[in-house]
Amino acid sequence: MTLSLDDVRYVAELARLGLHDEEVVRLQGQLSSILEHITALDQLDTAAIPPTAQVVTLTNVMRDDVATGSLDREDVLRNAPRQFEGFFEVHAVLGAADEDIAP
Amino acid sequence: MTREFSDLTELTLVQARNALDGREISAVDLTQSHLDRIERDDEQIGAYLHVMRDVAVAQAHEADRRIAARESSPMTGIPVALKDVLCTHDAPTTAASRILENFRPPYDATVVKRLRLQGAVFLGKANTDEFAMGSSNENSAFKPVHNPWDLSRVPGGSSGGPSAAVAARLAMVSLGSDTGGSIRQPAGFCGVVGLKPTYGRVSRLGLLAFASSLDQIGPFARTVEDAAITLQAVSGHDPLDSTSYPTPVPEFRDALTGDIRGMKIGVAREYRVNGMEQGVADAVDTAIARLASLGAEIVDVELPHTEYALPTYYITAPAEASANLARYDGVKYGLALEAATLRETYERTRGEGFGAEVKRRIMLGTYALSSGYYDAYYVKAQKVRTLIKQDFERAWDTVDAIVAPTSPTVAFAMGARTEDPYQMYLADVFTIPANMAGIPGIAVPCGFSDGLPVSLQVLGPAFAESTILRIAHAYEQAEQWVDRRPPALDQAEMAPAN
Repeated sequence: MTLSLDDVRYVAELARLGLHDEEVVRLQGQLSSILEHITALDQLDTAAIPPTAQVVTLTNVMRDDVATGSLDREDVLRNAPRQFEGFFEVHAVLGAADEDIAP
Repeated sequence: MTREFSDLTELTLVQARNALDGREISAVDLTQSHLDRIERDDEQIGAYLHVMRDVAVAQAHEADRRIAARESSPMTGIPVALKDVLCTHDAPTTAASRILENFRPPYDATVVKRLRLQGAVFLGKANTDEFAMGSSNENSAFKPVHNPWDLSRVPGGSSGGPSAAVAARLAMVSLGSDTGGSIRQPAGFCGVVGLKPTYGRVSRLGLLAFASSLDQIGPFARTVEDAAITLQAVSGHDPLDSTSYPTPVPEFRDALTGDIRGMKIGVAREYRVNGMEQGVADAVDTAIARLASLGAEIVDVELPHTEYALPTYYITAPAEASANLARYDGVKYGLALEAATLRETYERTRGEGFGAEVKRRIMLGTYALSSGYYDAYYVKAQKVRTLIKQDFERAWDTVDAIVAPTSPTVAFAMGARTEDPYQMYLADVFTIPANMAGIPGIAVPCGFSDGLPVSLQVLGPAFAESTILRIAHAYEQAEQWVDRRPPALDQAEMAPAN
């Protein structure tokens, strides 16, 4: 298969997705199979072809640097799972040196 | 139970506009007739995740006031369903996902704001595949949608809800979104008109983003003219969407002349694939012959990179989705599952909040963008995208538009393609190229196979919605497939009230 179980676990870590063991196994099969189909692109010689990131031909769309209104803080915080004095509240981002809590 | 409310739900937008402005019917009656029908029939269809009953009635009263004051716009009093990936400040917006189950946006999508200002009536938030990822509306976290033509079959996806709603007369028109075919394919499966505009024609502000270089919002309707009017109402530059184009919006209805004499319409043999149903091929061939009889010149064109559009899409779209869905982390909104550390709250929330297809695509996209694979997958896909775009640009040298089947098959049975993800992905093989190239496409009914709708797709150059509307409309007026109704509608009318 294109992906090993470790590959799948690594990608899940990058994506911050908590997967059960049976999900890891199932995804290994499904993702490997999809990636097999995608190898069809290797049939094409694209060395001299520029990439298309965006189909619009606009570049650097800017507006004047003038402060306009924004959303009401109360409206924005209404959906917050945890809030504290007008802030979104989360677990500690930084901790003691021996703790592995990097978000 | 009277026949009256059924009759009001049969009106087209054009008929309703005339009847409203002529004071023959009220917006309140028109809205109530749709709400009644939703209450009676939607349990079988599953088109709505949230019915906006109180909002709709209030909007209908306001619409009647405007109409009486002779201040109506084309959409005033018109009952609309909104795919549940469009932010509405006065209704939940869930993307059919557990991770947003109770989310109430603090603002409206621009298209919603525009319709609201015109006095449209919002019947409710329509069901969809989760985060617009799917081709059958079986990936909704809450319930699937059933095809009104055969309730054991899928309506298509991801905009299965908006499409089925229009087909089943549970909405007059609706708005969906199309990233790889998610308007056109379900429109085809449900026997209605669905249009994906040019990338940049309609603002994406307030559309829950799936793939930002591919997503577009567009209308479903039972007629091409109704679709044109709805598209008109939401099109145009938005300073809040830096990918929306400043190009002026023409009067789309001006294109609906019925005259396509002398137009050059391309047909590409790459739009015939193994596994395509004969009934679909036959109906599409008959439709193309009809276009010729209406005076169009049918021209062979080559789109040699068509077969590479699907694998290209299944790198590009998941890659963009993996970035767009990173925001669902349990911090600002939505599901938030407790854990000891911040990282674990992310992993638990996202692991449990996202469905299987969403996780699959996030994983695929993350892998394609990861160090060591970025060039081989993501950049490669971007280069093939250029080739696909160039195929169409070359075609426009010789033809005004291209016609093709919308899908290789008619609507398939529920559960038929849920085992192998790639089998499901193949449903979009004819719709994906238009998203990759950013060009507009419309799906219009062109017949039946085994009692299920077959659909013709018309593709045009960037910003040539008028061209594809002209062709689709001329065909529709000549054939009148719109007069056929889903048989389930009549059965529902016979069924005893709950």
